[in-house]
Amino acid sequence: MTSAVSVSNLSVTYDDFKALNDVSVEIAPGESFGLVGESGSGKSTLLRAIAGLAPVTAGTIRVHDRALQGAKRDKAFYRAVQMVFQDPYGSLHPRQTIDRQLLEPLAIHGVADGERRILKALDEVGLGSGFRFRYPHQLSGGQRQRVAIARALILEPSILLLDEPTSALDASVQAEVLNLLEQVRRNHKLTFIMVSHDLGVVTHMCDRLAVMQGGRVVERLSSADLVAGRIGEDYTRSLMVASKGFQRKDVAATA
Amino acid sequence: MSALLTVENLKVSFPTRTGLVEAVRGVSFTLGRERLGIVGESGSGKSQTGRAIMGLTPGHAQVTAKQLSFDGIDLLSASPKVRRDLRGKRIAMILQDPKYSLNPVMSIGRQIVETLRQHENVSRAEARERALDMLAAVQIRDPKRVYDLYPHEVSGGMGQRAMIAMMLVAGPELLIADEPTSALDVTVQLEVLGILDKLVAERGMGLIFVSHDLRLVSSFCDRVIVMYAGRIVEELAASELANARHPYTQGLLNCMPAIGSDRHPLPVLDRKPEWAQ
Amino acid sequence: MSTITETRPMTRREWLLSDRPQSRTQARLGRAYMTWQRFAANRLAVLGLIILLALVFVAAFADFLAPHSPYLGDLANARLLPPGSPGYLLGTDDLGRDILSRLIHGSRLTLAVVLLVAIIAAPIGLIVGAVAGYAGGWVDAVLMRITDIFLAFPKLVLALAFVAALGPGIENAVIAIAITSWPPYARIARAETLTVRNSDYIAAVQLMGASPIRIVFRHVMPMCMSSLIVRVTLDMAGIILTAAGLGFLGLGAQPPLPEWGAMIASGRRFILDQWWVATMPGIAILIVSLGFNLLGDGLRDALDPRESGQ
Repeated sequence: MTSAVSVSNLSVTYDDFKALNDVSVEIAPGESFGLVGESGSGKSTLLRAIAGLAPVTAGTIRVHDRALQGAKRDKAFYRAVQMVFQDPYGSLHPRQTIDRQLLEPLAIHGVADGERRILKALDEVGLGSGFRFRYPHQLSGGQRQRVAIARALILEPSILLLDEPTSALDASVQAEVLNLLEQVRRNHKLTFIMVSHDLGVVTHMCDRLAVMQGGRVVERLSSADLVAGRIGEDYTRSLMVASKGFQRKDVAATA
Repeated sequence: MSALLTVENLKVSFPTRTGLVEAVRGVSFTLGRERLGIVGESGSGKSQTGRAIMGLTPGHAQVTAKQLSFDGIDLLSASPKVRRDLRGKRIAMILQDPKYSLNPVMSIGRQIVETLRQHENVSRAEARERALDMLAAVQIRDPKRVYDLYPHEVSGGMGQRAMIAMMLVAGPELLIADEPTSALDVTVQLEVLGILDKLVAERGMGLIFVSHDLRLVSSFCDRVIVMYAGRIVEELAASELANARHPYTQGLLNCMPAIGSDRHPLPVLDRKPEWAQ
Repeated sequence: MSTITETRPMTRREWLLSDRPQSRTQARLGRAYMTWQRFAANRLAVLGLIILLALVFVAAFADFLAPHSPYLGDLANARLLPPGSPGYLLGTDDLGRDILSRLIHGSRLTLAVVLLVAIIAAPIGLIVGAVAGYAGGWVDAVLMRITDIFLAFPKLVLALAFVAALGPGIENAVIAIAITSWPPYARIARAETLTVRNSDYIAAVQLMGASPIRIVFRHVMPMCMSSLIVRVTLDMAGIILTAAGLGFLGLGAQPPLPEWGAMIASGRRFILDQWWVATMPGIAILIVSLGFNLLGDGLRDALDPRESGQ
């Protein structure tokens, strides 16, 4: 079976802290895959390891059936895999206009028709050319995240890594950005790997998901199974209960 | 129910280089010994409302109100000393992230003792005793150990419990909680909310719960105020949330992706300028 | 939203402050205008700027402004005249030369020293610091230890050693001062680089496949620029004083060049009876140093990188 991304027995260690411990996941082309867990579970580290931003100590990562060495990535990789970060206030260069930030990937890869691509990308994320020469501080959080998506799409990748792309946004803006992500996924036939702590968001966006805890994958299941309550692990169940919100009766029982 | 807090036509505005920015534009409500939720998105003025009641508005801002009184005391004309005495003793506030609101160079126990001794004339030993009781009340299993720990040595959930302990040790009558759990993991969130809920109920405090999460607030509070652009657009009983009338409240409720509801694309808010009128 | 601004012609101010610029130039000018507004709000900083613009003006038109030659004095009639003497506003020195004219011509030397040092030292410091901070590891260790070695010697002593080795003269003084003044800039650039290197926007350019050189020069360095500019401006006063110090010790500009420090040195022999010979260049150094300090303080507020908030 060919897979878009295949991670096997991956370990990542920061100094003495084992952030990922023997993790394996397979993501098929065109699939939307979710990584769920609480802070420190290693879900973001896995995404960063795939992108080459984390120190891999053991295991292999294969993208489109090509094995990647350590943190080294070639230009073909960057054209195939792009990432959207969590914090829209930290992921755009504060001193560059939107135009400059969208032009940068094109300049690095020597793409000729920059003008057309920038306008198209801005149009696609629903911003329009009026935003082209603004600085990030002139944009709202949702608009910044749209720019980040446009920047990720401008090299026309096939795999998009999404690190909690909406957790810093208001609920109504989150809905808009999630809709946009679904739309670009349809239009470009993208593979998504999406990290989130919100089960609602993940089941909405993803076909399958992996639940992570303490640097390990504790359970892999489909969104449909999760929704139907066909859950194997207690930890997944406790996440499920927590995402339903506060219930006074439960507390009376446990207190 | 006698009113613990009366807010009438509260306005908070900040002078900036480009003119006056009005964060809160005429908010009115009364609060008894009940749980009131204030919900809104960023920039709705919900946090500034809480801060104005607490007296924590930055110095250059202008706060005006027809009435802003706590238990008969007019907060706006009260002297700084009176307000300081109220703060912590009778009105307490819990902020979002314990990492920033606890003093990093003082042990957790000492911070609680300090807070207590500032407001009550109690002996050192008695203060320590009460601090330990309070830590036990927020369901910290080993209060004696946590008493001597520094904020960086505890997890976020533990830190927020310590913060709640510190805020409640002087026995305030009104507690303002500004996004008290949004920096915490979901499973920890529920524990902390459970503790908060129990203490508020036991002690008969008034609670103002400020949050962006409409569902969470409605499951926790008796009454909910929905704010948009510095104004209250809707006020309703938490149990009546499903019957919300204002399109903004309905939109907020609908736009959340929920487990098991298969809606593609998600409904989005169509913001109307008249909501801000 | 924008219908109001489009129905009537924009004023120039509105065009500059527009939150939806139509071109790269407009965006850049708008940003510069905002910076200028913040700067102009600080009156002392504007005073500093005026002092320095005056210095530039005087240096540029020295030939027209100076009433006498800076080199040729009137030994017979005008030796050591006090300030206010007819034709000699600030008096004359022991060779009968007009002090005002010498100060006016000396401003060229001061300006040249300051500019040359800034042009040499600031880029060295910026590159060393940014590369060390971004690369980390042994590159960082090596570059920073070299920096430490330079920092370990008192600035003036090190400059003296260099001038002694290279020989006295204004060019060598400039080189010596430049060599001794880059280490603090490297430290600043490194500190700024460390704060930005782990940010998501740098990770984003890494993910575009940008080379480390491209990242350092195009994405990291602009973030170091503002604190560096402020520091260099504040250091200008110190550079002038070091140049004057070298001149005073006879290791900088050589007679008969009208360098301000050398002028003080030659005036010290009669400082009790003919005080003005040493005092006038001292006042000139004081005013120009003050100008640079005020400007630097103003720039610190105007270029604050934390402007990007709400």
